[in-house]
Amino acid sequence: MPRFLGSILENLLGKPATVRYPFEKPPLPEGTRGELNFNMVKCDQCQDCERTCPSAAITVHVEEKTIDWEPFKCIYCHACVRACMHKAIEPKANVSRPGYKVGKKTFKA
Amino acid sequence: MSDRQNLTVIPFGPQHPVLPEPIQLLFHVDEEKIVDVLPNIGYVHRGIERAIELNDYRRNLYLCERICGICNIIHGQTYAGLIEKLTDTEVPIRAKYLRTIWAEVARLQSHLLWLGLFAEAIGFESLFMKVWRDREIVLELTEATNGHRIHMGTTAIGGVIKDMDEKLRGRYLTDMGRLEKEVDDWSHVFYRDAAFKEKTMGKGILPKADAVQLGAVGPTVRGSGIPQDMRTTGYEAYGELGFKPVTHDGCDSYSRALVRLDEVYQSIGLIRQAIKQLPEGPIIEKNDRFPDGVAMYRTEQPRGEVFYYGKGNGTIHLERCRIRTPTLPNIPPLLRMLIGHEVADIPTIVHSIDPCISCTERITQVKEAA
Repeated sequence: MPRFLGSILENLLGKPATVRYPFEKPPLPEGTRGELNFNMVKCDQCQDCERTCPSAAITVHVEEKTIDWEPFKCIYCHACVRACMHKAIEPKANVSRPGYKVGKKTFKA
Repeated sequence: MSDRQNLTVIPFGPQHPVLPEPIQLLFHVDEEKIVDVLPNIGYVHRGIERAIELNDYRRNLYLCERICGICNIIHGQTYAGLIEKLTDTEVPIRAKYLRTIWAEVARLQSHLLWLGLFAEAIGFESLFMKVWRDREIVLELTEATNGHRIHMGTTAIGGVIKDMDEKLRGRYLTDMGRLEKEVDDWSHVFYRDAAFKEKTMGKGILPKADAVQLGAVGPTVRGSGIPQDMRTTGYEAYGELGFKPVTHDGCDSYSRALVRLDEVYQSIGLIRQAIKQLPEGPIIEKNDRFPDGVAMYRTEQPRGEVFYYGKGNGTIHLERCRIRTPTLPNIPPLLRMLIGHEVADIPTIVHSIDPCISCTERITQVKEAA
């Protein structure tokens, strides 16, 4: 008990250890693995990202020159980012919002 | 046991407030005393081994990392180690050190999680909050390393994908100092507090001979005084760090808690030592071969030894992959520990092996309806 006295006073007078989340957002570190963003100007439709993706969240339509990305399937491992030779995948450093609808994001050239 | 008719049967789980994961233990009790225990697992079978056989072997790395949330780093490293054995890939020495550092980070966060949960299971809620607040230091470190709090995802087949620069090394050393100071702040409760000792000492006795005979692993066997640890085999960089396992001789829940607490200090020491000795060089070795032949790979997870068996046939798919996570060998010792104790001690004893049921499930039993 006496050894905890310091902590008790700290808890009583200090700030809470948690963050009041929706009102106050903690800073995200550099390199946060967030949502994918395909730069279709750089992309050459080689399908490396589709082949690497462990959860099959990326579909490349070569003929239409579009890429479908399914955020609900994505595990945010960024294996595709490392696999892309042209550095055409420019991920955002964010934490994706909770979704209510299962859908996909289409990137067009 | 001969006369089960007169015994009361108390079901513990599959849904129980003490454990978030589904395991059923059927207690045959005589008044308050436990006479017999029957386990029943198979509620969260996910078919991981079959999925591994169907997937490309390179994609399986991400699947194996997701077998267990808490041990994800070491699961990934073990799978990578298995594939490296099957493809004869030599991992660069710097990558070995980095893997060691991150494996110890995983151990730290797992042990801190367990110490908090154990404190809560015995009714010490303020201690639980203190321990989990300090666990944030480790989680923030994981996030600063590669962008996610739990799934670090730094392992690759043939090495690691992330290097540690001067800034990150400095942060690791500072945070280890911070964490050690915080752990010192509450570790005396585990070492000396009378109420804590009262609730854990002499509960869940697992004698030395039984621990060996029933095949206990990890802190469960080390709490019975047997220095059995896969890290002594010197995989990754453990051989060069002069690792020695922590043991305690009490054979009870208290000893198992102390093993984990001492391992927190040990992990902090190992991370510091590995960062100081970190050699220069490449971090990944390319491999173009497909897995061929048969191999086994064993590593030490926070809960004990994890075992991977793989059989490759020179194609992109593995023919077979067998995974044994540490909770499975710890279930028979758990049943032995429970017998003779009282119903009120069940949460403490069940928690003392650090069960992780979802990782354990490799089979499911389907009973035909009557």
